[in-house]
Order: sequence, then structure tokens, then C-alpha cells
Amino acid sequence: MSASPLIEIRDLRIRFHGDDGRITHAVDSVDLSVANGATLGLVGESGCGKSVTSLAIMGLLPKQSAEISGAIRFDGLDLLQTPDQTLRDLRGNRLAMIFQEPMTSLNPSFTIGDQIIETILRHRGGSRRSARERAIELLRRVHIPSPERRIDDYPHKLSGGMRQRVMIAMALACDPHLLIADEPTTALDVTLQAQILELMRELKAASGAAIILITHDLGVVAEVCDEVAVMYAGEIVERAPVDDLFSAPQHPYTVGLLGSIPRLDHRAEQLATIEGMVPNMAQPPAGCRFAARCPFVLEACTHAPPPLIEVGPGHLSRCIRAPLERLVS
Amino acid sequence: MALLEVRGLVKHFVTERSLFGRPLAHVKAVDGVSFSLDAGKTLALVGESGCGKSTVSRLVLRLIEPDAGTVRFDGRDLLALDAGGLRAFRRDAQIIFQDPYASLNPRMTVGQILTEPLALHDLMPPAQRRARVADLLRLVGLEPRLARRYPHEFSGGQRQRIAIARALAVEPKLIICDEPVSALDVSIRAQILNLLRELQDRLGLAYIFVSHDLAVVKHIADHVAVMNLGQIVETAEADALFASPRHPYSRALLSAIPLPQPKAKRTTVLLEGEIPSALNPPTGCRFHTRCPFVIERCRNEAPALLADGTGHATACHRTAELPSADAILPAAGGFSPALAKLVAAFSQKTEGGSPAGVGIQDAAPATK
Repeated sequence: MSASPLIEIRDLRIRFHGDDGRITHAVDSVDLSVANGATLGLVGESGCGKSVTSLAIMGLLPKQSAEISGAIRFDGLDLLQTPDQTLRDLRGNRLAMIFQEPMTSLNPSFTIGDQIIETILRHRGGSRRSARERAIELLRRVHIPSPERRIDDYPHKLSGGMRQRVMIAMALACDPHLLIADEPTTALDVTLQAQILELMRELKAASGAAIILITHDLGVVAEVCDEVAVMYAGEIVERAPVDDLFSAPQHPYTVGLLGSIPRLDHRAEQLATIEGMVPNMAQPPAGCRFAARCPFVLEACTHAPPPLIEVGPGHLSRCIRAPLERLVS
Repeated sequence: MALLEVRGLVKHFVTERSLFGRPLAHVKAVDGVSFSLDAGKTLALVGESGCGKSTVSRLVLRLIEPDAGTVRFDGRDLLALDAGGLRAFRRDAQIIFQDPYASLNPRMTVGQILTEPLALHDLMPPAQRRARVADLLRLVGLEPRLARRYPHEFSGGQRQRIAIARALAVEPKLIICDEPVSALDVSIRAQILNLLRELQDRLGLAYIFVSHDLAVVKHIADHVAVMNLGQIVETAEADALFASPRHPYSRALLSAIPLPQPKAKRTTVLLEGEIPSALNPPTGCRFHTRCPFVIERCRNEAPALLADGTGHATACHRTAELPSADAILPAAGGFSPALAKLVAAFSQKTEGGSPAGVGIQDAAPATK
């Protein structure tokens, strides 16, 4: 990583206070950083805290029920201490997000042009005419055919893939420094997914923005990310450069994940399975959170939470048995 | 003889009617689909949203009526069956759906859900049903005591196990699996795929596996049919198809799937443009608007699905002229040696001490 990352998250903790007084530990001691021009993949299964982390960066968690501590440094600001007014100036401007559901994240009662122009006028000002020209240019950049006509369409007239491209165009409207993409291709067919991933690569090459890509699809991660953080039960359990993670993972959960996906490039009679259930996050276990499901568990694993230790250059693992090669040689 | 023989299946849905009820526009959801399936085998139907794969699966079960074509199951002509015959057929063919949250009645306990097919088909005296429910739950890796619980008390993967148990209750020969693992997390998906395979081996089930996920299909299918806009464009043994896809659409689908292998060397066939509407499919070859290999002939003349000596059939005018498809998927090398060892150790350790309620326990299905 370069000397001064674009965004740096330190010891992020997020707790949700339920109506019934129950406290859920959604995210615990998360440290992350992303440099300019880099893509970080945030991987994990439902409920692991990956989306909540991204919402915390965007300042979009409900103030009444979410208790957030730690620091999120971005462009010299601590986003957690930043007043709402300043955050609003940042969002959609230097900080942009793409959501999974292109159907629900566009307003059905405005044309796509109106929605992109609104973003441009809010952050950049200028005349409506120049904003419209910029909107057409953006639609062209995301390969929407005949953007001069499409700009006046309502969202319902567009296919799922086109809507997702409109979302991307809107996110790019003010040349963001950081783009957070939360499962941007999950709802799409593979051929469209390939187009959108290609588009994200193009845009990164052209603008040098940093991307945080949240996904459960390890194939997508391998294809577009430089670095990967694997989350389990609210914690980062492994962080590594993408090649290292896929060739020599250092946390048993990552091994289980990699072994459990059917792959086109490998033949397996039986897929690996991760037995058991995710722990109840109202009462997280005292020791390692993966211990109950881990085939390599030791007595010591259940005593104290394991620290995230460096096992190789830029390769961190929250497992006291790492490096795992010792277990199989 | 094949268990299932489908010939020339057609289904057009009317989308618009005139004031007097005359149909004005049709979606050509399925337009001349033929295939056959042997007992104990898996046929996968793959393709993008709207290609007609789910409609085919519903036509095969006669959940909707075809406009033309024949479906023969075990030698019987399905379309000629009366209500009684259809009910008997439903014992032989079952379906499981994508969304285990929507396909189980929230007001019934798991025991009631599993007893219902036994009662409907009058398979056994009421006194024996409880034991059969317990057997079914064990068969799908759930504990019999869970029969008293309601669907909302289960996770997505467990609910899909319940849906599978319900399908198995009538001892079918064929199960249609319509995107059965698409809604599940990756580690749960592996459990369900392993379960489907084990059940197939043990009970001799045939599956029609409807999916858009080709990695899953490669793992589970014996035979694959690739569909585009209501028609099969390529069909082959799974190994043959994944080793050398022939139709440009199959190549594009395969090359679009991101491999969990950073910097994998492969050629990609990136399709431009949108999927055409099935309301008004293109003339000639229905893929020609997106095909990178299109020639004039493709725009005018629809290609026939022609098989070679090995049963690998392709509907493309240019099958013989297309470049080699070798580089679309890397031959092997998905797992690094270190990863292969780690995964093997991971699986070995979990097999022994699997916690109760997960994994398959040793239970044979009750047979009458």
C-alpha cells in the first residue's frame, strides 16, 4: 500500500440496538485502507457485516439505532465526526455508491436524465443545459446506445443491465475519488455482468478512482480486485493481495469458501462444506468466532479472540494456526 | 428407452388482446424445443433471463399447457392424460423452486408440509405417516424432531432441504430443480448441491436442472442444453460442452463467467447490445443481433439444430468455420497445490464430526 491511503478505516465497531433491547455486534474492530487507483474486494456471506461497513462509510446508517465507534479517514476528514451538511456535499461528489438493486435505487417518477442532472447541479452547479450535456456524455461513457434519446426515458423503460449502467453513470457524475459498489452485478445475467465489470475496469483505468467492491462472488473478486478482505461474523478474518488469497489462503474460513464453490476450472466430486451455523451476534463467542465450525480448531481457539497477524507481505490472518501450510505438510 | 421424451414443444403467451379478445401480440417463450432424459441422469437447461428455461420446466410437468409438441414420460403421452392420470403422473415428477421462503406454507409445520403429499396420494395409512416424515427429514440431513417447527424457524438452506424432502415424499423418478441454489449463500449452496447428488446416486433420480450458473451446471449435469430466446442452440454431454463449446452463444456465456483464478489466461467473447425481446425475436438466427461471427445468411435463414456423430448438436450456420474454443476455459489449474491440500484437509476433518442436523445421516428412504 502507498504511504497515504485515500481512505483509512481504524477500529470500526458498529452495534445495533434493537427495539427489544438486544444489542447486535454487526461489525467489530475492522481496519481497512484503500489507495488511489486500487480496488479492494470485501467478501463474505449474508450478515457478515460487509454492507454495513460500506453504509457506515457513506454515513447512511440510522443514527437512532446504530452505535458507531472508530475512525474513517477520507481526504483529511474523519467521516464519523463530519457534520451531516458536509457529508451531503461529499456523497455523490467525491464519495459515490452503487447498490445491488438497480430497480429500486432509481426514482420511477423521474426520467433518468433528471436524476443524473440533479446530481450534477447539486454538486457542480452551472446551467441546466451544460448539466444535460454532461449527463449525455456520461450515458455514452457507460455504453448506453443513443444516449441523446435515452436520457428522457423513465427507468421502467430500461432493462436491468441498462438501469445498472445508469446507476454507474450517476455515481460517476462528479468524478468520485472513491466508488463503493455493493453487489453491483448480482442481479444481472452473466453476459451483462461481464459488460459491467469491463466497464468498471475501464473507468478505473481512466479516472484513477479507488473502488471498494462488495460481493459474495469469488470469481468477480479474482477478476477485478487488487486486494481482498474476507469478513466473517463482523470481523475481517483475512486480508491479502488477490493472488495470495486464491493460491494460499491463510484462514480456515477462506479455505472453506474457496473449496465450496463449484468452478469451471476445476473438477471436484464433492464440494467442501462449512458445517454449522454463524454465531448469534447478540452474544458473540469469547474466542475465535469461526471456532465452532472450524475443522482445525484447538482448545486455545475458544479462549481469547485471535489477533489479526501478518503471515506474509501484506497478508493478514485472524487465525492462531496460520500459516496453514504447517497443518497439511 | 428414455424416461422423458420432449418433441417440438411450443408455448406462446398472449400479451395483448384487442377489444374483442383477439390476440395481438405473443411472447414466443418456447419455440420448438426437443430433448430427452434418461432415468438417473441430470439434464441442465441454461440460458439468460427470459430464454424460456423455466417455461420448459413447467410445460414438462403440465403446470401450463403447451400450444404444440409432445411430452412422453415413461412411455405415456402426458398431454393425453385425464385428471386422474395427471395426478398419478405428479407422483412421478416433482419440482423444487428457487425461493425456499416462498415455496413453503408459513402456516403449516414441517410435519404437515411433508404429510400432505402422502395424504393426497394416499401413499400409506395415517399411522405410518409420522415415521415416514422422520425418514424424509433424515434423508435430507435434518433431525426428525424438527417436524413440529414452522418454516420461519429455519435458515434458507434448511428450508431448501425441507422443499427437497417434500418433493421426495412421493418417491418421484424425476425432480425439476428450478434455480434451486441461486438464493443461497455459497457455503450453503455447496451443501445443497452435495445433497442433490447424493440423493440422485442413492435413489436413482433424474433431474432437470434449470440454472443460469454454468459453474453449478458443470458440477451437477450429465447433459446440457443451452437456450436462447425460446430455442435450444446447443446440446451436448456436459464434459464435451465445457471442453469445447461450439455455438457462439455458448462460448459467450462460458467466457463471461468470472473464474476464481486471478490472471487466468483466456479469450473472452464480450457480447454487445441488449438481449432482444421474445415478443419480437430477430429473423433468421435469433442470436444474430449479438453474434460476433454473424454473416449475411444468419440474418435470413434460421439454422437447424444438427448433431454430429457423438450427439453434440449445434444450431449455427458457421459451426465448422468458427475458431477453436480451447482458450475460453483454461484446461485446469484452478487450485494451486497448496489450496488443493488445504481444501482436502478442510473437508476431511469436517466429515467425521459433523454436528447434528447437518450433513447426511445414514438413512434409507422408506419403501412400501
